[in-house]
Amino acid sequence: MPYRHLFTGFLLILLLPGCFSNNRHQGEKLYAQHCSGCHGDQGQGLARLIPPLAGSDYLVKHRAELPCLLRNGQNEPIVVNGVTYHNVMPGNKTMSTAQLTNLLNYVENHWGNKAAPRTILEVQTKLDSCRVP
Amino acid sequence: MFQRLLLLPILVATLFTACSDPKAPTAAQLPIMGERDVHPRADGGPADTVFATVPAFRLTNQAGQVITNKTFAGRAYLADFFFATCPGICPKMQGELLKVYAKYAKDPRIVFLSHTIDPAHDSIPVLKDYAQRLGIADANRWHFATTGAHGEPTAKDTVFQLARAYFTAALPDKQAPGGFAHNGTFALVDDRGHIRGLYDSLNPKEVDRLFAELPILLAEIDTRKPGVAGR
Repeated sequence: MPYRHLFTGFLLILLLPGCFSNNRHQGEKLYAQHCSGCHGDQGQGLARLIPPLAGSDYLVKHRAELPCLLRNGQNEPIVVNGVTYHNVMPGNKTMSTAQLTNLLNYVENHWGNKAAPRTILEVQTKLDSCRVP
Repeated sequence: MFQRLLLLPILVATLFTACSDPKAPTAAQLPIMGERDVHPRADGGPADTVFATVPAFRLTNQAGQVITNKTFAGRAYLADFFFATCPGICPKMQGELLKVYAKYAKDPRIVFLSHTIDPAHDSIPVLKDYAQRLGIADANRWHFATTGAHGEPTAKDTVFQLARAYFTAALPDKQAPGGFAHNGTFALVDDRGHIRGLYDSLNPKEVDRLFAELPILLAEIDTRKPGVAGR
């Protein structure tokens, strides 16, 4: 009979790694992988070529459009903190809604940025209404 | 017994120098990259070694000025390859070069040269706009240059060939972001056209190495100009 407890304990240990999901800090990892090359380690941007994300008024003013912006990219002049930038930003067709949500929450709450956290459902609703480029 | 005690510190000292010697690049000169030819002399004297140099090129910069190897004769330059609409590594790469530029912006011993690998898109006005957005006002300090100022059909091949000469891989690739695959190598060229250092701009340690090695080359160039030593 005590063997049964042993078995249960063993099983629990086996399942333990499942508690530590890789999705922790997913937004930060996605940022480093997909965004930091252009927008910088600290969201600082690059001169007047690449707009900053840190302290960017664009993130606040265009909050609703950001999921579509990440999904489809853009190639129009945009004004960030009073400066006009005109460069190509590639979209990302492969990231899941959950990944996009984590990424947005990371960007919108780092380097001095502050915004209400987004839910996956909210981001999905926005994605469903993207204009097809 | 006494002898042994004396030997020990000497041994330790020898070992110490053995450890630190290869890690002291400051005393040495920078290597010369690329193939070298050995030319036997007709008179039977010691053979001449001919070191590789950057091949002859003719480019046009953002100000519309023609630039050739001669433009850079007598001073060092840092070269890289980019394109204006590059969404991949270019912003990072140019950001790193901008840091080097910021430190040496007023130093006449070194200038900067960025080649576009997308001459079809990056016309002179595009290059000029790019330079200005990066904050480079003086085209003579940092050239943003193209092989295709006049719509030359071979412009792309020419710049890819040139990239290879600078040990940079650059080629069209539909899969790569922006349509071109290339790596972010900085090539440091001396006053005689020899490549003296190659640095991966995406690796912070390599950029640190560039900052450490650049003064070594500048000091070497100074020794060749006895009249204007130090500047």
